[in-house]
Amino acid sequence: MSRLIVGPFNRVEGDLEVTLDVEDGVVRSAQVNSPLFRGFEQILLGKHPLDALMFVPRICGICSVSQSAAAAAALSQAMCVSAPVNGELAHNLIAGCENLADHFSHFYLFFMPDFAREAYAKRVWHAEAVSRFKAVSGSAAAEVLPARRDFLELQGFMAGKWPHTLALQPGGSTRPVDASERIRIIALLRAFRAYLERTLFGDALEAIAALDNCAALDAWRDARPVAHSDFRRYLELARDCGLDRIGAGPGVYLSHGSYAFEGGRLLRRGVWDGDLHELLSEAITEDVSHAWLAGEDAARNPAQGATLPQADKAGAYTWCKAPRWNGRVAETGALARLAVQGHPLARELARSGGSVHARVVCRLLEIALVLPQMERWAKALQPGAPFCETGSLPDEADSVGMVEAARGALGHWLSIRRGRIANYQIVAPTTWNFSPRDATGVPGALEQALVGVAAGDGAAPAIQHVVRSFDPCMVCTVH
Amino acid sequence: MSDARLNLLWLQSGGCGGCTMSLLCSDAANVVQMLDDAGINLLWHPSLSEASCDEVTALLEDCADGRTALDILCVEGALLRGPNGSGRFHMLAGTGVPMIDWVRRLARRARWTLAVGTCAAYGGVTAAGANPADACGLQYDGAQLGGALGPQYASGNGERVINIAGCPTHPGWVTDTLLAVALGDFGARDVDAIGRPRFYADQLVHHGCSRNEYYEFKASAEAPSQLGCLMENLGCKGTQAHADCNTRAWNGSGSCTNGGYACISCTEPGFEEPGHPFGETPKIAGIPIGLPTDMPRAWFVALAALSKSATPKRVRENATSDHAAVTPAIKRTGLK
Repeated sequence: MSRLIVGPFNRVEGDLEVTLDVEDGVVRSAQVNSPLFRGFEQILLGKHPLDALMFVPRICGICSVSQSAAAAAALSQAMCVSAPVNGELAHNLIAGCENLADHFSHFYLFFMPDFAREAYAKRVWHAEAVSRFKAVSGSAAAEVLPARRDFLELQGFMAGKWPHTLALQPGGSTRPVDASERIRIIALLRAFRAYLERTLFGDALEAIAALDNCAALDAWRDARPVAHSDFRRYLELARDCGLDRIGAGPGVYLSHGSYAFEGGRLLRRGVWDGDLHELLSEAITEDVSHAWLAGEDAARNPAQGATLPQADKAGAYTWCKAPRWNGRVAETGALARLAVQGHPLARELARSGGSVHARVVCRLLEIALVLPQMERWAKALQPGAPFCETGSLPDEADSVGMVEAARGALGHWLSIRRGRIANYQIVAPTTWNFSPRDATGVPGALEQALVGVAAGDGAAPAIQHVVRSFDPCMVCTVH
Repeated sequence: MSDARLNLLWLQSGGCGGCTMSLLCSDAANVVQMLDDAGINLLWHPSLSEASCDEVTALLEDCADGRTALDILCVEGALLRGPNGSGRFHMLAGTGVPMIDWVRRLARRARWTLAVGTCAAYGGVTAAGANPADACGLQYDGAQLGGALGPQYASGNGERVINIAGCPTHPGWVTDTLLAVALGDFGARDVDAIGRPRFYADQLVHHGCSRNEYYEFKASAEAPSQLGCLMENLGCKGTQAHADCNTRAWNGSGSCTNGGYACISCTEPGFEEPGHPFGETPKIAGIPIGLPTDMPRAWFVALAALSKSATPKRVRENATSDHAAVTPAIKRTGLK
């Protein structure tokens, strides 16, 4: 048995270190370390509750709007205020834009460049992977950056800027949209759709969204030449590298549900492990047994959570707490969202814990599902009708904001006492996925997914694929 | 312009990565290509580069030991000194060494050292509240010279750290600074008293604000989503904050004030602890404490009283509406 310490990982958001125990060229055990601690949960103590809207987006530059949305949701519950229709549409459009831009960036900038590595030089698809996907110099980067930039102009219209907007409020949005802006938003969504249909999928978004099982996906692949589209190129190398056979997670999928509208949600809240379960915030706990944080090992609901650094704690190996649902490890992200929702292809891909392939496909599938909704939401905007309701802050309240970031379930637990923030606890998507062991020694989702993967000298970059398949956001993880 | 290409290394520490995300929204058709065209060779960037793990550690060693020329060092995020001066709140993964130590070592070799964003410049949001991570900027601790590199630090070109402050910083502020450095014509006279590039820091956010007519008449918004001026009630510091946000748009056409919320003066040291809620304007006797830069208080009070009394009905009513409830009168202007 030999021990490998792997890091710094890049093309993930933030810094990440993984310790691997390797035997016979295969990972036997993994420990994931989130090596950066800033202390937002302490910074927020004593602040005016609405100031959370300034601080929390700055936890993460890539999930910034999602952090805002979680704080706005917790505050709206505390204030008993709800957004008018335009406000809900604005939240969904602003969040949808960030989430889809993140999926798009992940595929092209973070995930695919690994297939241009020298380690794959002998594969038949390698030359094209280099020309198309190589980091910085590949032809995709030159097109993708402008396409992403143009799509994010939605934030210029609706959120002032991205990242770090203050537009999302408990009662809606600060930024009414006028008639001309609504037209321009619809136009930029169409332009992004055109890019996706021409270059990423080579097919209508609706046709991708309608792929309803693995056989249909295979048939779609086999009916098209490799150079048909970037999705087709991905499917080719995914098959050759066996990405559907590595990186199985715990098989328990958790989603807070997203895109609330008129009393319902586009994607439902719940947990799916073969059966669908209701998800209550009270069933979520975090323990600090393997984190450099003080406190007893017993898990706590975040409403009673605390964050107290203890850098020299024996047996700890990360700043990350261990979140659990009813005591169980869960995976979160696009695969979980669509499996919980019941999309048949996602459900099939999610069986047996999923895989690198399952996560990548579901991210792209979600782009195909959500962009048409964004077009509908933009058309539904009513210039001249209200965008924001005002409410008043109570002196005392306990509330929870549960939203979905691109990378999965994001929860903010807020306590207000004497008009100030008395406690603020954040459980982010990668806190779930990159959780350390809990007090009973059960490893987190990535720690499980790495076991059995080839590692060490001469191994393909499979470890890199498994880690990046979760699209980790390390700055959110520990915050 | 020198013929030699400049090597750029980009590191992230105690921040959110948002300045990189902002940079990728650059108006340049392809920001990476733009830097390449300017003669800047991207040695490594954590979000963009292929090299990972041991390849990166080897590159950092080569730069720190002078085997690879390090022309431009960009640092994003605050430097974390805690706990107890150990720097352990951010150990660079795979190296067992605190990031602040890596940055100090590399900064000794860099010809130019750039703090990208307010965290790297002054500490920023990471230094807010009780500052649990003991965060500071590269060469400032809040408004005080010092920080991770110390007041005496000068990079290879003899200059202090260039502070491209902003939370996040604007993509254009970063690319203009890098391109000016590459052209060889960026020096001490091009930064203001706290190290910010003057091309954007010698301006006020107020310049070009789309709410200027409301400001002129002191017709103020009272609640989020209303069209009026944000200074009197909703915490806006655009008349004091140094930046060109309303003449250099964000994400195509945006800015904070255009987005309906206050400028929080995020290019300024200490903006993270204003001493009042961000969305409220502190006042004494109904007059905002923070008056426009360069304007004597008595003038402001007199002008405000006059302009309030002269506010047209259209401006007054629209100020507290979320759409133009009253439209401008149609007037023939051709002969005037």
